[in-house]
This record gives sequence, structure tokens and C-alpha cells, in this order.
Amino acid sequence: MAGKPILHYFDGRARMESIRWLLAAAGVEFEEKIMKTREDLEKLRKDGSLMFQQVPMVEIDGMKLVQTRAILNYIAAKYNLYGKDIKERALIDMYSEGMADLNEMVLLYPYLPSRDKDGRLTQIKEKSRNRYFPAFEKVLTSHGQDYLVGNRLSKADVHLTELLYHTEELDSTVLANFPLLKALRTRVSNLPTVKKFLQPGSQRKPFDDRKCVEIARKLFS
Amino acid sequence: MAAKPKLYYFNGRGRMESIRWLLAAAGVEFEEEFIETREHYEKLQKDGCLLFGQVPLVEIDGMMLTQTRAILSYLAAKYNLYGKDLKERVRIDMYTDGTLDLMIMIARAAFQPPKEKEENYAEIMKKAKTRYFPTFEKILKDHGEDFLVGNKFSWADIQLLEAILMVEELDAPVLSDFPLLKAFKTRISNIPTIKKFLQHGSQRKPPPDSHYVEVVKTVLQF
Repeated sequence: MAGKPILHYFDGRARMESIRWLLAAAGVEFEEKIMKTREDLEKLRKDGSLMFQQVPMVEIDGMKLVQTRAILNYIAAKYNLYGKDIKERALIDMYSEGMADLNEMVLLYPYLPSRDKDGRLTQIKEKSRNRYFPAFEKVLTSHGQDYLVGNRLSKADVHLTELLYHTEELDSTVLANFPLLKALRTRVSNLPTVKKFLQPGSQRKPFDDRKCVEIARKLFS
Repeated sequence: MAAKPKLYYFNGRGRMESIRWLLAAAGVEFEEEFIETREHYEKLQKDGCLLFGQVPLVEIDGMMLTQTRAILSYLAAKYNLYGKDLKERVRIDMYTDGTLDLMIMIARAAFQPPKEKEENYAEIMKKAKTRYFPTFEKILKDHGEDFLVGNKFSWADIQLLEAILMVEELDAPVLSDFPLLKAFKTRISNIPTIKKFLQHGSQRKPPPDSHYVEVVKTVLQF
């Protein structure tokens, strides 16, 4: 029987959190090898485990996968969260890429120098309210279905749910004008696997705090 | 009979060039509508063509697709350039994510003021020579095959060739330490569809110049 996937990263959200969410939503148990020191990262590099010398890295099905998108796409395809054909996949990809653009701003926010934080927060608020959330609200309005694509849960719904929680942490009223996004978030959150992941004690990580920033600095600078 | 795919972008490489390469390599004819004014851009936005208000936009098979990677993955799957199974596909995804990262760095550098541009180009060359090219040289060495994945031509090969040529434009002898990449470059360049795309008069775009930068800055207002 295949072993559980193993996630190699430090103890923070950053670029691994969307992978944790997707595995959890798919009901897949996974292990984590938490990197704490520069030596931990260098060991992985010397082992030849990191194709481009970077993490995230996920050991799964006999492979050592790197590149967040490649990993997410593999998990989605394997666990049937990628639509029924290439046209549905194109829509899922288009939506996921938009979410990734906003998420890039959100996930990097804790790691910015203090002087840059205000400006970035303004940008996040503006882009989520004026560009990204209206787009997804419009998609849901246009077909009136429970999920973004093909009337079925896909990686796009999981990424969106995660993104809505994380954006709201930075901007508490951001969802005020997006009722369908709120409804989708509730719906996805009530799925048994996701509900479990949202409870205390799961492998979901809290907001990246000063400790995370310190460790990341030690590892990656 | 299906209409040709239609590409909406500036008259330059930017984020559309990898899409042009993939279509051309697949032997697919395509049309282009060039965005030259703010008015044209705003019209596309008002018409609801741009999901996130951004280009690239590709009109294909009844869809208005945006987001570069979504478009590339769709085309790769449609034209059988995405491997034979999920395990080959994930390798292609890993490789293309790497090369696309490198090419986007190059595309962005064109918009920097002179001092930052120099620093960016130095960083790009360092990444190419110490991270990306060694990785691909090793992949080719380890399996000894002609193509990166599954002994068959794929999207990964097209994009690696594109990245190699782009980096060579910044530093011509960059492949001197990578003999397998040199052979790979020759081999892939000689594939008939790619050979045609590399010739004068094709839809391949030149490197960004100051005029291109001006147009983009004016249209996107930054």
C-alpha cells in the first residue's frame, strides 16, 4: 500500500498551505517533515531532492514533486478535483490562476518589511474587492450552481475557500458585498473533510507570525 | 470547421510569447489582434472578455481564456503535448513552471529603470547558469533521450528551447558548459514547425524595445 504523502516545508503557511488544504479536502492523510534550520534545507538540496533547489517539495507516489502549481495540479487530477474534461479544466485553471495572483500578495504579506505592509494591504483590499471577488461572484451568479465549475467540487472551490478565509483575516469586511462567495465558503466548509480540517488540532497552520518570518529568513536568505 | 485561435495582446513578447511558441510548434495557425491604445484595452474590459481585466486573452473553442498558464495547459492537452499520463504531466508541469518563471523574470526586467535592469539581468543569468540549465542538463543526461519527458516531444521541450534562446540573447555563450542542452537546442530547432517559426516573417516577436515598453505602460497605465 502506498505511503502517505510527505510534505517538506517549514512550520508556516506560505506556499505550502494551499497544498495542505487540497489534500485535506480530498480526504488524504499526509505527513510533514518540518524544516527548522538552514542545515535542514541544505541537506535536502545536497540529497538531490529539490529539483530547482526550492521548497515546497512533496513526496508522493514515488516522486519528489516541486513547484506549487505542479503539485496542486497532480493532487487535483489524482483525486478527481479537476473537472470532467479539458474545457472544464481550462476554467478551473483560469480561476485558480487568478486566485493564485491574489494569494501571492496575501501569503507574502507577513514576510514584508514593516514599512511596506500598509501599501500592500491597501493593494490587497483594492484588488480583492475590485478585481478578483467580483469575477468569482459573477461566475457563480451566471450559472447559479453550488460550485464554480461543472456543478461539482473542484480544486477551484477549495482554493477559493482558503483564499476567502485568509483575505478576511487581513480585511474583516471584504466579503460584505459578495453573498454567493460567502455561501460557497460555508458550503465547502461544511463538507466533512474540510470541516475536520477547520477544527483545532488539524494540520492547518495559523497566520504566519514573527516566529515564521524569523525561520524563513534563516532558511531562505 | 473550427475558427483559428485568436490572440489578444500587445505587439510584443510579454506573457503571450510562450503561447505563440506552443501554437506554432503544434502547427496551429492563429490570428492576432494587437492592443495599441488604452481605448482598445478598455473596450475589451467593458465587453466582458477579460475575466480579471487582464491580457493575455485567447479566444479558442468558444472560450475567452485568460491567465497564461491556463491557456498553455489547455493547448498542451488539446494538441497532445502533455505526456501520456498523470506522472508524465506532472513532470512537464514542473519543468514548464521553472522555465516560465525564468522567462517572466526576463519579460519584467525590460520595464525596470537602467540600474535595476542590470541587477535583474545579472540575477537572471545566475539563476539560468546555476539553477535551471544544470537541472535540465542533468535530466537529459540521466535518461539519455532526445526529449525531456517520455521520449516524446512535449510542451516542456518547446518552452525550454524558448527559454534557452531568450537567455542566449542576454549572454550568447551561456550554453558553453551545457553540451546536452546545446544538442537539444539544435535538435528541437530543426523540428519543421519550429524551424518555420524561427524564420523571418513568422509570428514570433522580437525582444522588447523602448517603444514596446512605452505602449504597454500607456495602455496599462503604470
